[in-house]
Amino acid sequence: METSRALRSTLSLKLRLLPRKKLSRSRKENAVIFLFLAICSVFMALPLVYTIVTAFKPINELFLFPPRFFVSHPTLDNFIAMNQLTQNMWVPFSRYLFNSVFVAGVGTAFYIVIASMAAFALAKYKFPGHALYFQIIVWAILFRPEVTGIPQYIIISKLGMVNTYFAVILPVLAGSFGVFLMRQFIINAIPTEMIEAARMDGATEYRIFWAVVMPIVKPAWLTLLIFTFQQFWNTTGVQYIYNENLKMLPTILQQISSAGLARAGAGSAVALVLMIPPIVIFLISQSSVMQTMAHSGLK
Amino acid sequence: MRGRQVRAMETGLTGLWKRVKMYKEAYFMLAPFTLLFVTFTIVPILAALYFSFTSFNMLQKPEWVGAANYTRLFFTDDVFLIAVKNTLLFAFITGPIGYLLSFMFAWFINDLGPKLRSVLTLIFYAPSLAGNVFFIWLYLFSGDAYGFANSKLMSYGIIKEPILWLTDPKYNFTIVVLVIIWLSMGAGFLAFIAGLQTVDTSLNEAGVIDGIQNRWQELWYITIPQMVPQLLFGAVMTIATSFAVGYQSMALTGFPSTDYSTHTIVLHLLDYGAIRFEMGYASAIAVVLFAGMLFVWNVLQKSLRKISD
Repeated sequence: METSRALRSTLSLKLRLLPRKKLSRSRKENAVIFLFLAICSVFMALPLVYTIVTAFKPINELFLFPPRFFVSHPTLDNFIAMNQLTQNMWVPFSRYLFNSVFVAGVGTAFYIVIASMAAFALAKYKFPGHALYFQIIVWAILFRPEVTGIPQYIIISKLGMVNTYFAVILPVLAGSFGVFLMRQFIINAIPTEMIEAARMDGATEYRIFWAVVMPIVKPAWLTLLIFTFQQFWNTTGVQYIYNENLKMLPTILQQISSAGLARAGAGSAVALVLMIPPIVIFLISQSSVMQTMAHSGLK
Repeated sequence: MRGRQVRAMETGLTGLWKRVKMYKEAYFMLAPFTLLFVTFTIVPILAALYFSFTSFNMLQKPEWVGAANYTRLFFTDDVFLIAVKNTLLFAFITGPIGYLLSFMFAWFINDLGPKLRSVLTLIFYAPSLAGNVFFIWLYLFSGDAYGFANSKLMSYGIIKEPILWLTDPKYNFTIVVLVIIWLSMGAGFLAFIAGLQTVDTSLNEAGVIDGIQNRWQELWYITIPQMVPQLLFGAVMTIATSFAVGYQSMALTGFPSTDYSTHTIVLHLLDYGAIRFEMGYASAIAVVLFAGMLFVWNVLQKSLRKISD
């Protein structure tokens, strides 16, 4: 452990020194770019800052007219109100939290595996029909979901999946977005010779997928992790879930904030709480993406 | 897989079957996803295609009407033509700008140190991460004297009366365009960030020897050709979002907007699907939109492939 850490720190030192050998933009160009990034990031940060600030506003500041962006007397009242509301529910709050975490966790893990596996097959095997399959994957992304909701509901109810976790998980697993993303990375990052070499060594196709392909395209599936988790986390499943015990966290929290003015404070706390898990996943995934980069730089 | 070198040249069904068997692992790996994809995505899309040729109110069984929905759409529905015009304007303004900006930002951010990079990636992705956040712009562009834009402009004496930013057709289109560009650092942006990390940097050193003089040339001759798959991915995502503008304009300018000034195809679809319960007609709108997106995708695909050659 110690040695590997020491090794890693010397390596990262080397990596930090490396860019000096590379081309760079002129100092003036860099200054302009940095200024541009700084100005834009102020606008881009608005939603994050606003959600945080609002959650700490006392009720009179929430309804201040004219509205003010920043908070002048920060308070924890909103969180206390949210806590009271969630304590008094018929089904314990932890149950909703479990539902959402379970669905997001299991769903995301499954999707990354099945989507990557399909993407590998599409990217690296010239099986009959591969070109058409790929086109259909893209077409499915372009079709608007507003009109497919009803047939989807009929299928799910015919399969007897109403009021089960399946109704929330399976439609998301059926999206072709992740297959497209993974295929684009695999086709680029994995040379066919590498696969053939592994095959010569006696690896099965499944082993090649798991032990050769997946580690190399780690930045891709870590990115897919963000999208998929976010999608599951925002899923309410209101069309399919009527059983109170199986409802998702966003459904319940939206109920709190949709109860009108009286709960505007708790609602703003809810918005912040709901945003935290995707941000945590984002940060974990992005920092791992960076580590992968450090490793692949050593090749 | 051993038999792959044989490259079955036989034609006909037996030849095809041999090739299918040769790739049996590939089909096995595709199977779990395909099963779900067909059941929950492809069958509903085919059903919607069928609905587009029917009259369907979601209560009674769909009734076959042939191409009536389509002829009504193109020949008698004037609002649809406004929606098409606005959708095309939105798509051709916000699509290219959002696409180029997300690539440029990804490229700039990729040069920074690890910590700053993580933070900036998060900040730029924040509007996509935070969900329904366009309401912030309602505060900025509120039509009364207290809205941020109005109160600032009035205090500097640039305008005397508050401007109805979101209801006046002179301004609301531009504001929706701005907000959509602001929201465009999404899937494409993160794919570019990840893609820039899989780029083979050893080629950059070779490039210097070959006479590449600055970062911009390096970007154009070395980095971009290596990123064609990610660029294609970003292009599809851009088409899928920029032709589907609607929810944002509904949140900002109301529905329907003044003189349909920000009415789009997706809003037209929602109007018939979710308000008037004319599912057959709504499906026809979705099919037409789909055909338009496919056309643009085919053109883009060809031109992006050219860059890689």
